[in-house]
Amino acid sequence: MTPAQFAFLAKFLKDRSGLVIGEDKRYLVEARLGPVAHQRGLASLSDLAAALARGADLDLAARVVEAMTTNETFFFRDGAPFTLFTDVMLPHLMAARAREKTLRIWSAACSSGQEPYSLAMLLAERKAQLAGWRVEIVATDLAGEVVERAKEGLFSQFEVQRGLPIKLLLKHFAQEGERWRIDAALRQMVHFRTLNLLRDFSALGRFDVVFCRNVLIYFDAETKADVLNRIAASMAPDGYLMVGSAEAPEAITRRFRAHPSRGGLLVKGEGAASAAPALSLVAAR
Amino acid sequence: MKHCLVVDDSSVIRKVARRILEGCEMRISEAENGQSALALCKQAMPDGILLDWNMPIMDGFDFLAELRSLPGGDAPKVVFCTTENDVSHITRALRAGADEYVMKPFDSEIITSKFAEVGLL
Repeated sequence: MTPAQFAFLAKFLKDRSGLVIGEDKRYLVEARLGPVAHQRGLASLSDLAAALARGADLDLAARVVEAMTTNETFFFRDGAPFTLFTDVMLPHLMAARAREKTLRIWSAACSSGQEPYSLAMLLAERKAQLAGWRVEIVATDLAGEVVERAKEGLFSQFEVQRGLPIKLLLKHFAQEGERWRIDAALRQMVHFRTLNLLRDFSALGRFDVVFCRNVLIYFDAETKADVLNRIAASMAPDGYLMVGSAEAPEAITRRFRAHPSRGGLLVKGEGAASAAPALSLVAAR
Repeated sequence: MKHCLVVDDSSVIRKVARRILEGCEMRISEAENGQSALALCKQAMPDGILLDWNMPIMDGFDFLAELRSLPGGDAPKVVFCTTENDVSHITRALRAGADEYVMKPFDSEIITSKFAEVGLL
């Protein structure tokens, strides 16, 4: 692949997904896109880049974006965000929404569904407290293939052993051969959709909680600020945004401030650096 | 440094588990059946036990029942690690006092995830 072809691929990915790929990630491009080229009968990544440049093959374009943006995930990933969900976010929101009894949660970049299903399990554990509430989890991802998989709620033996306590596996999953399917009741709590964060998502409605973890890290500062500002516009005034702890120092918008618990939890509202220009750092860790 | 007893009749599994857990800064002892494991536990209770189910002389299930009846035998965190991957075996193990359950085959992420779950890491 020539430098010009690599530059084309990098621009293509930035335009389509916001993903920023530098020369130092050439190995990743080769590792992820090599199999795509092979599947499509293309002899090399040069041929793949040429096919994309012709612009006629929309399916190939989608496959390339999906291959580069699909990341591994697991249940209750990182632990702390889910503890913050049950110990900080839910108590506040259940008190604040006691009259309307509605709660809307968005798992942006949900991959194969482990994050929204983890949230659904935590909510199911509070079934009695949430009796009479309308709780909805919207889960979106750029990659249509993984969204379809997530809807099925069917996970391999390896997947259900990463982060998922055995008691929750027994409680919420049924064994189907060597795989495990999450209960219909939990599947019904989650509404999956394919969605590109770079496009308008205002139609999703207003959310009380947004989990958007390990995504912003791939965007440049301008894209990150744009996405964060539009997420803020889709959130309730007292809503919570959970980002990855490694992403928080670069959460470059004044629309959120770090929650005292830190660890990547942001609260909607004027940031501490409000006198600073529009792109200001919110240090969350 | 926490002490983990790896109980499995396969020397390969013991070696792999040892490598993973030593990488997590745990001290490892090994036993190839439930009876040897019980003798080691009577000498010094480990903090954690990675336990196979099917073994000669004394299997993992019988070992667990004996362990939990020993003085101080309720302290070690027991993580089953077995090819018995069905709901009935998992349920039996938890009722007998297992804390977590690994379905073979496993990798290092699964072992560390389960050990973290029971507070050993």
